[in-house]
Amino acid sequence: MNKRLFVKGNDALAMGAIEAGCRYYFGYPITPQSEIPEYMSRELPRIGGEFIQAESEIASINMLLGASACGVRAMTSSSSPGISLKQEGISYMAGSELPGLIVNICRSGPGLGGIDASQADYFQAVKGGGHGGYHIIVLAPHSVQEMYDLTMLAFDLSDLYRIPAMILGDSVVGQMKEALVPHSYRNPGLPSKNWAVSGKGGRKEQSIIKSLYLGDGELEAHNLKLHERYRILKEKEVRYEGVELEDARLIVTAFGSAARISKTAVRMAREVGMQVGLLRPITLYPFPEQAFRKATETCGRVLCVELNAGQMVEDVRLSVHRDAEVFLYGRPPGAGSQPTPEEIFEQIKKYYEAIS
Amino acid sequence: MTTVLKPAFQRPVSLKDVQTHFCPGCHHGTIHRLVAEAIDHFDIQERTIGVASVGCSVFLYGYFDVDVVEAPHGRAPAVATGVKRVLKDRMVFTYQGDGDLAAIGTSEIIHAANRGEGITVIFVNNTTYGMTGGQMAPTTLPEQVTTTSPYGRNVGSEGYPIRMAELLSILEGVTFSARVAVDSPRHVLEAGKTIRKAFQCQVEGAGFAFVEVLSACPTNWGMNSLKANERVGREMIPYFPLGVFRDHTAKAGKKPQGESKLSHLGKKS
Amino acid sequence: MNYEAFMAGYGGQGVLVAGNLLSMAAIIEEKNVSYFPAYGVEKRGGAATCTVVISDEEVGSPVIGSPGAGLLFNQLSMDKYFHRIRKGGFCLINSSLIDGEENREDIEILRLPANQLALETGDARLVNMVSLGAYVAHTGAVSLESLKEALKEVLPERNHGFIPLNKEAIDRGAAYAMTGTEKSRAQR
Repeated sequence: MNKRLFVKGNDALAMGAIEAGCRYYFGYPITPQSEIPEYMSRELPRIGGEFIQAESEIASINMLLGASACGVRAMTSSSSPGISLKQEGISYMAGSELPGLIVNICRSGPGLGGIDASQADYFQAVKGGGHGGYHIIVLAPHSVQEMYDLTMLAFDLSDLYRIPAMILGDSVVGQMKEALVPHSYRNPGLPSKNWAVSGKGGRKEQSIIKSLYLGDGELEAHNLKLHERYRILKEKEVRYEGVELEDARLIVTAFGSAARISKTAVRMAREVGMQVGLLRPITLYPFPEQAFRKATETCGRVLCVELNAGQMVEDVRLSVHRDAEVFLYGRPPGAGSQPTPEEIFEQIKKYYEAIS
Repeated sequence: MTTVLKPAFQRPVSLKDVQTHFCPGCHHGTIHRLVAEAIDHFDIQERTIGVASVGCSVFLYGYFDVDVVEAPHGRAPAVATGVKRVLKDRMVFTYQGDGDLAAIGTSEIIHAANRGEGITVIFVNNTTYGMTGGQMAPTTLPEQVTTTSPYGRNVGSEGYPIRMAELLSILEGVTFSARVAVDSPRHVLEAGKTIRKAFQCQVEGAGFAFVEVLSACPTNWGMNSLKANERVGREMIPYFPLGVFRDHTAKAGKKPQGESKLSHLGKKS
Repeated sequence: MNYEAFMAGYGGQGVLVAGNLLSMAAIIEEKNVSYFPAYGVEKRGGAATCTVVISDEEVGSPVIGSPGAGLLFNQLSMDKYFHRIRKGGFCLINSSLIDGEENREDIEILRLPANQLALETGDARLVNMVSLGAYVAHTGAVSLESLKEALKEVLPERNHGFIPLNKEAIDRGAAYAMTGTEKSRAQR
């Protein structure tokens, strides 16, 4: 058995990235994710990698674009205001079919907001974020172990589909320490990146990484190709966790840190005999639409818990069986506004008691 | 005795045999050729990666027969940084216009220069936004009329044209910074040598090299080709003097270049 | 078994080190554990709090509204968090810095003169170790042995010379708890 380490979430993410073969990091400091660039600046030079503290978030996402165009695994990390700045580059990466990892250890907003744990960047993450009608892969870890595991998965999915991937966390999963069992990365047989630039080096054809398509019908075809990939993602790559859904009369749904807090609330409900289950999306894009549809064929009530004023709830409503009722417990983030399991339990009681 | 006749004029190998989309009298074609000649001179076509910017120069890959990455507007030096840090033994150049480099991309160019990234930057200054239809650029001359300075550039409210070659020359990270023009045969020859030197800087691992090229934009200036060409010497050069503003190539020496890690790449047929 | 320990004090009292040490002891015992720190907005002299959840099962929420146990290191923490401790829970009060006679009948209370015991051990900075020793002895969340073993994992290498002193402080806190809680029970 591998040794159990006691590690902070942000450090686990950085460890997972390096284990997955990422050797290039570009970023700009911002709370509450600075452990990630600090870890990378310490470790990457020791293993032949490159760390650049860029002049801005804009520069760092474009350095990622450049590195990724060369076919290597590379990443950037930031927090909400910085991720807004990166949206331009993310759109270009999506349009240029470039993989790459973007980490958002989300803080509260809008504007400068605060540094408290937040899930208010859900829309920005799953609906495209930048201009032009695209999606990126979005994974939401809810534990330190998942910060490690899902980072590896994010690189794999990103490379396989040539779509940028995002880890969407917050200061709870980023600052929390838990046991981590590191394990070796195994390449799941990904195709070679023969599209990358390298200098022609004897090749007859140029490698061109671009998102500009001006010929008649070219851009439409390019968009349809990208959207076909998103469809395949929905078909093959959805991941979620279901806890005691079989007999549930009320399903609590939440992702990331809100799911962690909700787990205890669901346990409290079960302890007093309430039939409550938990459905936790792990991939926020592709969203587990079918899982919600199926679970709500037998359970007609869903309580969506979010650290925002209600965002994922819209995707839940679009996904559930038409007869299901969806309720929201949205807590906009800020100092002293982090919900406790007890508070969520109160909400569970409220909607559960209404059933009978 | 047989005499082998060499052609006196031929297309550089790294320039594709295609017609350009550039307007008649535009200097981009000349500058493209000078860059291609430099690439041929050092025989680096097979290991060169161009970074295209946004503007008239976006179609870089259409003219240069090298690998190309397209960058968002102004971000070419950051993209080139990412490429060069991965592929340390490749030759990486950006080709940017004045809106791209001197307005929206000032942050990226200054910091790439300041870090001394081992790239070559070709900066085409034609005092206007070409592709978007002749708007005021950061390099637009005082009193110059453009579509967004219809009464002439008012330096009181719009500031003065930025001299990028001089600006970058004060940064310690910069090895070579110069300004050239391509409005006369003599200037073209000088420009060719200077661009070659900027590539040599990279070939020798000596650091960041920058060449600003004064260029005509007849269409947006509302002039015919000859008049536009004349304007470069008459109006631009007095404000943007030609010359080398920093040359530390002798001092810089050879920086260590790491091996590129390319084992992960599949072969393309 | 499930243990939740909420610790609060001001910066410099070693609250976060205590949380880390308790968590590491749980790791050594192959239990599941989460450690979640929270800081005040103030960067100096502000509040430092952390929550440690130790469980044989999967740890759910790393943040708890009404924790099963509170370790309150100063008056500010007392004022803010004393009422939040869960009914039937346990509170360790640093009586060196918290004088009031504030009481609750629905929880167990141990008034520990942590600063005094730390000084007696040899260093004022041992407040956190004394308190942790008392908490562990009283609740059995982890063993005293694991706690001591965790010292070398949690303290930076340069402080390893102080490990014997830290162990002594843990023992002193533990010894006080064994007699102290009985006293407090008797008072009720």
